[in-house]
Amino acid sequence: MTALAAGPGDDVPRRLYADPGLPDRIFRVVLRSGGTFVLGVMLLVGGFLLYRAWLALDKAGWSFLTTAQWAPDQGNFGIAAVLVGTVLIAIVAVLVAVPLATGAALYISEYAPAGLRRTLISTVDLMAAVPSVVYGLWGVFFLQDKVLPVARWISTYFGWIPVFDVRGADPADPLAPESLYTSSTFIAGLVVGMMIAPIVCSIMREVFSQAPAGEREGAYALGATRWGMIRSVVLPFGRGGMIGGTMLGLGRALGETIAIFMIISVTFDIQWHVLQSGTSSIASLIALHYGEASEFGMSALMAAGFALFLMTLIVNFAASSIVARSRSGATSDA
Amino acid sequence: MTVAPEAPGARQATGRPRATLPGLARTAVPGGERRRALTRLRATDLYAVVGAAASALSLTWLLFAWLLPFDGAVGFVVMAYGLFLLIYALLVSFDEDGPAVVDRIAAAVVRSMGVLLVVILAFVVVYALVEGRKALVHLNFFTQDMHLAGPLEPLSVGGALHAAAGTLIMIAIALLITVPAGLVCAVFLTEVPGGYARFVRTIVEAMTALPSIVAGLFIYATVILGLGLGQSGLAAGLALSVMMLPIIIRAADVVIRLVPGTLREASYAMGTSRWRTVWHVVLPTCRSGLTTAVILGTARGIGETSPVLLTSGYTNDLNLNPLHDPMVSLPLVTFEFVKSPEPNMISRGFGTAALLMTLVLLLFVAARIVGGRGPGQLSRRQEHRRVLASQRDARRFAGRPAASASTPPSIPSPNALTDNGSSS
Repeated sequence: MTALAAGPGDDVPRRLYADPGLPDRIFRVVLRSGGTFVLGVMLLVGGFLLYRAWLALDKAGWSFLTTAQWAPDQGNFGIAAVLVGTVLIAIVAVLVAVPLATGAALYISEYAPAGLRRTLISTVDLMAAVPSVVYGLWGVFFLQDKVLPVARWISTYFGWIPVFDVRGADPADPLAPESLYTSSTFIAGLVVGMMIAPIVCSIMREVFSQAPAGEREGAYALGATRWGMIRSVVLPFGRGGMIGGTMLGLGRALGETIAIFMIISVTFDIQWHVLQSGTSSIASLIALHYGEASEFGMSALMAAGFALFLMTLIVNFAASSIVARSRSGATSDA
Repeated sequence: MTVAPEAPGARQATGRPRATLPGLARTAVPGGERRRALTRLRATDLYAVVGAAASALSLTWLLFAWLLPFDGAVGFVVMAYGLFLLIYALLVSFDEDGPAVVDRIAAAVVRSMGVLLVVILAFVVVYALVEGRKALVHLNFFTQDMHLAGPLEPLSVGGALHAAAGTLIMIAIALLITVPAGLVCAVFLTEVPGGYARFVRTIVEAMTALPSIVAGLFIYATVILGLGLGQSGLAAGLALSVMMLPIIIRAADVVIRLVPGTLREASYAMGTSRWRTVWHVVLPTCRSGLTTAVILGTARGIGETSPVLLTSGYTNDLNLNPLHDPMVSLPLVTFEFVKSPEPNMISRGFGTAALLMTLVLLLFVAARIVGGRGPGQLSRRQEHRRVLASQRDARRFAGRPAASASTPPSIPSPNALTDNGSSS
């Protein structure tokens, strides 16, 4: 009121101050400390792993990344083999999951009848909550037998591609043991792919269903078929969500433990041949060795865990920034 | 009206102007306008699908059985599917032009992908349930632990009681930690916005992909190696909390953000303080969504094996004390059972997996019943309760004028804003 009385020329901006009162200040402190607690736990996970891993990392140096053996008590250990195994399994999983999830997401958001849609969405969401040990059981006791002929077929006819080669296999021998093909990167990747497909699918469906109705109708009005509309409106609109969802699935596949551990038989060579029996992953390395590890061995396992942690963190950061920057800007709940 | 005026033949034959007035022709039909079929399914489409499927199946059978040196059910299905697409494209191309053929093929592929994913996923669940039936029909499976049952004992001895109890105790510990911490953190992220909250949100989002074995490793390093607690149910519960915390915060954060800003503004406009707004407006509005977030986090936590594997130890005995001695959970027991080569142990493993699956299914159904409704949308019962409350208020107000006529009107009613009403 005083500012008005002094005239319009010297109108000074008032200092805005709201006194929240004591209860509100307490409330804010409680909230802030809750947030800080969670932040502390989360930072502690990374920090403490690094602290524990330092002993081993300091001793191994750069050879930690290049050694394929795991004998920490002899000072000869590194994550080269397990890293390659982890990444290969994750790649196979993503190659399996992404086409399947894209198709299913498009079906649910574009093709499915409206009455069926809610049921399908609930089913896919439920599958994302199915415990990984159940997928592991399915993979070991059901899928493995069914996939072996396929693996043998691929290695027989496409064995000239180095990745599909299986050492020691003789396609001409009809009685060749099938154990050459069991417990391979391929089967582990298939199971993990099934496991991450629902997560990838639900993110993609979320993004597809947000494609603007006006643009859809525009495409139809210009004479597009349904697939033409999807290709020119829905897919470009959802591209960010598709990439982000894929990467979130990749992060999940990198960190998966139990299903992989149940299927593979662990080797410590760098195993490029995806159909060959025997591979390894960081998580199954930890699950295998934590029990009998010495103090130094534990530190080495912590170092491996820290590497896995960093890898999934980077993948996940990239995924969420892609999702957030895409036009759809969808929230993804994984 | 046998030739549609748009058909190219009709245009060339008659040299008339192209614009026509269709209004009169319609009304001229005796008996009124004919009802048009609005269904998108045409008989020719159906014939094409059925014909392509039949010919693909027979062709594949011919190739597999007579001509090519292949075998195996998977190969048969893949080949039949490929042939189906080819023949279907051929059949459609007899009637339609290029874009329509592409549209049909894309629709067929997308539909089959959707059906395939759902069928595979449903099969995973049903497989565990069906294989578990051998163990589940024995009642002792639910009432005994494994301390009497060696690997060779029949299924009528021993059970999974210790694992079920362990799962419930561990998840209870995890919920005791994650529900207060998670909800406070989620409220912090939305109600105290700023740089710090953004930073916390970024970290929490990054942590949703925290590999579960890393959560277990962290608790193993801090609680078991650092504090010397020993492998126990408490350690496993802590590991599950670390894993569940970001999931619950993320889901709760999304739900709280959905609360309409106008509701908050209305509350502030009445002069309410911030904590009362959160406590009486924001949280009740999204209560169902918060419950869903917690239940979904619980379902994820219950199924995790690897954190428990590292932190809880393994035992065959029922142990109800989370502070001492090893304790097992359902997924961990499943994992250990199926490592055995004995068929009975494997059956037990499937039984525990079926039990676990049932638990997750129940939780999920609960989440669907509680949630699935946006913030502020009420169920019938809630709506009824609101109506009753408002009638009660109306009666209370009607009773008031006699009492308040003597007192000055500036004093607010006693149940509102006693703390900082003076600042307004």
